[in-house]
Amino acid sequence: MELQVTNSPFNQEQVELLNRLLPTLVDSQRIWLGGYLAAIQYAGIGTNQNAVLSSTVAGDTAPAASAIPVSQSSTQSKSVTVVFGSQTGNSDALGKKVAKKLEAQGFEVTVSSMGSYKTGNLKKVENLLIVVSTQGEGEPPDNAIPFYEFLFSKRAPQLPNLRYSVLGLGDTSYEFFCQTGKDFDKRLEELGGHRIADRVDCDVDFDEAAGEWIEKVLLALGQGQADLLSEVKAIDSGALASESEFSRTNPFQAEVLQNLNLNGRGSQRETRHVELSLEGSNLHYQPGDSLGIYPENHPRLVDELIEALGWNAQELVPVSKSGDQQLLRNALLRHFEITVLTKPLLAQITELTGSPSLAILQSAGHEQELRDYLADRDLLDLVVDHSLIGVTAQQLVPLLRKIPARLYSIASSLQSNPDEVHITVRTVRYDLQGRDRYGVCSVQLAERLESGESIPVYIQHNPNFKLPEDPNTPIIMIGPGTGVAPFRAFIGEREETGAQGKSWLFYGDQHFSTDFLYQTEWQHWLKEGALTRMDVAFSRDRDQKVYVQHRMLEKAKELYQWLQEGAALYVCGDEKKMAHDVHAALVTILEQEGNLSPEAAADYLTQLQQQKRYQRDVY
Amino acid sequence: MKEYPKYPPQDAPHSDVEEIKRRSMYLRGSLLETLADPITGSIPEDDNRLMKHHGSYMQDDRDLRNERHKQKLEPAYQFMLRVRAAGGVVTPEQWLMMDEVAHKYANGTIRLTTRQSFQLHGVLKWDLKNTIRAVNDALLSTLAACGDVNRNVMCNPNPFQSEIHAEVYHWASKVSDHLDPRTRAYHELWLDGEKIIDSRDNEEQEPIYGPVYLPRKFKIGIAVPPSNDVDVFSQDLGFIAIVEEGQLKGFNISVGGGMGMSHGDSKTYPQVSKVIGFCTPEQLIDVAEKTVTIQRDYGDRAVRKHARFKYTIDDRGLDWFVQELTARLGWSLETARPFHFEDNGDRYGWVKGSNGKWHFNLFVQNGRVKDEDSYLLMTGLKEIAKIHTGDFRLTPNQNIIISNVSPNKKKNIENLIRQYGLTDGQHYSALRRSSMACVSFPTCGLAMAESERYLPTLLDKIDPMLKEVGLEEESIVIRMTGCPNGCARPMLAEIAFIGKGPGKYNMYLGGGHTGNRLNKLYKENIGESEILGSLKPMLAQYASDRFTNEHFGDFVIRAGHIRETFDGQDFHAQG
Repeated sequence: MELQVTNSPFNQEQVELLNRLLPTLVDSQRIWLGGYLAAIQYAGIGTNQNAVLSSTVAGDTAPAASAIPVSQSSTQSKSVTVVFGSQTGNSDALGKKVAKKLEAQGFEVTVSSMGSYKTGNLKKVENLLIVVSTQGEGEPPDNAIPFYEFLFSKRAPQLPNLRYSVLGLGDTSYEFFCQTGKDFDKRLEELGGHRIADRVDCDVDFDEAAGEWIEKVLLALGQGQADLLSEVKAIDSGALASESEFSRTNPFQAEVLQNLNLNGRGSQRETRHVELSLEGSNLHYQPGDSLGIYPENHPRLVDELIEALGWNAQELVPVSKSGDQQLLRNALLRHFEITVLTKPLLAQITELTGSPSLAILQSAGHEQELRDYLADRDLLDLVVDHSLIGVTAQQLVPLLRKIPARLYSIASSLQSNPDEVHITVRTVRYDLQGRDRYGVCSVQLAERLESGESIPVYIQHNPNFKLPEDPNTPIIMIGPGTGVAPFRAFIGEREETGAQGKSWLFYGDQHFSTDFLYQTEWQHWLKEGALTRMDVAFSRDRDQKVYVQHRMLEKAKELYQWLQEGAALYVCGDEKKMAHDVHAALVTILEQEGNLSPEAAADYLTQLQQQKRYQRDVY
Repeated sequence: MKEYPKYPPQDAPHSDVEEIKRRSMYLRGSLLETLADPITGSIPEDDNRLMKHHGSYMQDDRDLRNERHKQKLEPAYQFMLRVRAAGGVVTPEQWLMMDEVAHKYANGTIRLTTRQSFQLHGVLKWDLKNTIRAVNDALLSTLAACGDVNRNVMCNPNPFQSEIHAEVYHWASKVSDHLDPRTRAYHELWLDGEKIIDSRDNEEQEPIYGPVYLPRKFKIGIAVPPSNDVDVFSQDLGFIAIVEEGQLKGFNISVGGGMGMSHGDSKTYPQVSKVIGFCTPEQLIDVAEKTVTIQRDYGDRAVRKHARFKYTIDDRGLDWFVQELTARLGWSLETARPFHFEDNGDRYGWVKGSNGKWHFNLFVQNGRVKDEDSYLLMTGLKEIAKIHTGDFRLTPNQNIIISNVSPNKKKNIENLIRQYGLTDGQHYSALRRSSMACVSFPTCGLAMAESERYLPTLLDKIDPMLKEVGLEEESIVIRMTGCPNGCARPMLAEIAFIGKGPGKYNMYLGGGHTGNRLNKLYKENIGESEILGSLKPMLAQYASDRFTNEHFGDFVIRAGHIRETFDGQDFHAQG
């Protein structure tokens, strides 16, 4: 559409200028310009252009600088500090979202990750908003640990003038649900802070709860300026113009281009390499980002559940609060989580059914038993074990959580694979209580998703797992098993961009012959020089089990030298064992090669983390 | 720079393999580094060339090649390891070691070869060292089992003439030891031998071979008439034991045999060796060494396909060779003595040797020792090895003899043979008992068509034809290979199939029953139905029209189905 005075808000001279310029723009320039215009509107007309431009151009990636001044506006003196502690990027995104909204209301906002926040400034802060997720056994995200430890140390200042609120992200299927958020909330109170809005703990499906929290803090901070919210929304949608319309809440149906098993015959493993098309989605990602996938439950499990409860598969059940309805079988396949049990769900079902055995399971003195039960049982187990026959679908289904998306570290570089995204997914199959169990998403990918079919996806940006900005910085990558996925993206990107920095990959799995994921690609990259060196550990090829940390220790001297040369360290993969063992190996290497005390070695790694030179993507 | 003064007859530039050997520092190359490279199960081609001299070479499972390529996995690289024992004689302890390493490091089977060696398949790069060390600890070796050196010295395992065999075997071992490469590389790479800067000059390091070794492989075999099981005429250098009045008098010497050729290249051909004279046992080593050095100095180092000893002799003439040999020996050979061969097959079942010990010749289909659901051959042999006090002999026909069983042990061995149903092949047709196939797919890199995995099926279809015309007990030598390099010596068989492409073979007819005459191409590039269609009427005609004791290979020539081949140089001549 050609711009005219009559169909646009511009005068004749502006229209002519625009009409001359716009047709000459290539796609990337148009996208840039859209983002730029949207962003300067936020930033209060053109001040601090450079900061805005760089963050727009870099997509969602936060610049490495310590804090991002989102506003220089002088119309409001009220300042708010937003700090987030993020592992996969959700807290990061929510922190920035609330910052934008406050900014739009005229607040002076400082938004920062906990990893780069200068704790010395805390005393001066009047309004503090914390958005933080919880990992594994109730621990803070990696880059939040220094901030967390500072607040809980003796050095933590009294904060009698602080007004604060906490948003916690978590997963009710874990025992220590939103523990880090709870810790911060309690600690800030102990230090004298005033809670301006109650903490909200979000489950995996966090949008609604997080939205409510944002509205509450906006109200509390803005003292009744709710009328500004409509304006905020208008700006919000303007800002999105430059981005993809597809997101976590509006996933893109990505077509499968290729789906194959990477493990050779005879392997104990099955690992799917899935290539998806992003064509037409306008979705962009960077190495280190993740792909969210909304899976479907296994039809066999759904059918068994319906049969066990004597339900009618064709019955209509509500699938959303707004009253949308679907056939029961479809709803259980696509909308609800049936493979994981949570404490709230057990409580609600106990209330609903009055099951005495369930009540006992949740009573005092049965904590370990409950933990064990929640750890590996699913809804069908619950129904069978506790004879929950007679419950209707209308009663039970509304209690279920929405099926959460699964996040996979992206295994491709968009630069070298335009319009594609690749993931590396280990198929999870095992037997429990005499019944075959399936990883929901992995088995769907392995068994029920062929080339040409589509699956809903979105991009989950992860600013905490990014290649160094300087292409000359050496990188050390530790990624056994599917943990190697993002490093395929890293090296693909570095090859494509001609980055000169050295690179070193540690990889491991069970067997060399069958489990060497992407073997020929690494060989190619080693030959071409995009990958400088590679060490591998195959645990079941020898009598002695060897893992990546053993290879790191064998190469301690060189590894330490790389670190001294400024190398950035990346760890991806299993959290419970691997990441812990690798961390311990790093401490040993620093002690041994750097003559450091255990404390100094730990400090060294903390500093690396703060410099974004020790990043982890563990799960 | 000193330019290989020992090899003056050749002006053309040497082939790349010669360069690889020359630069290898006596078979070291970069093997130490490439064997340790953890990112690939392969080694570079240059090192693989050298690796052969250590008794191994790289292969991959060709069944999985395409599949793994798609999976972004390198080919399923693995190594074939050949373990040699002169004359194929091994102790029960050595057999148990082979059984153990086959399970621990290889694919759980043992392949008996047509040169009385063992082959292990599917050994991964990382396990090579442990495997070779185990072999060495058991006093066997892989050194020079492949490569451009003298290979395993074959020797008739004839259990009838026990004293003669012992004597001939003694000389075979002496020749074998004498022609072993002397490089320390083998010890350094596999046996943790200290790496020392070797100050010995070429003469001292490899007094026979020199720094570039031979232009091509070299094969020696010793036959004891009336059995020509070693196919003495297929050898580069053959010895035929001359036994008079129960005494080993010496050996007739034959030179210039060899099987390998290339499809479509008539300048390459199989050849039978020619008898040139006689020597005493004490002169044997001297004759062998001088013959090897003549090939070292005159063999073609420019064109590998033309480098075998048979071409050296055919190009220069037998007279030239005898002259050169006489000059190097400093004495003349005696005139060859009369000898008579009856066949080149094995004598199955129990026989009693002249020393009073018993021998059981087992039938092993295509030399593959493995356990199958209904036939626990490998376990059976292992159990026998545990109680056996004699030895095992690998035959040149890929079978095995449980040898030197004392009369009081015979019962125990018999019980095990019965328990595991080990067969002497008597319930098979004589054709099957006289059959051989090479390994071919999936591991052999040269294979063009199936062989070991296919020949039994083909025989299943020929057997009923034989039965129909009453030829089940007629021994006809039938051999199959997946390519024309001749591992199962097909060019000497009465009926032969040489792989041309998947499911397609060149069919050859008319070889001599005693391994004395080459066959000739009968039909080119044919599949199973045409093979069977051709054989059926011919077998029927043979059954009805043959003379007494006339062998199939002779009959098809007389009946006009095929022209007789008189010499390798007219092997390709048709019509």
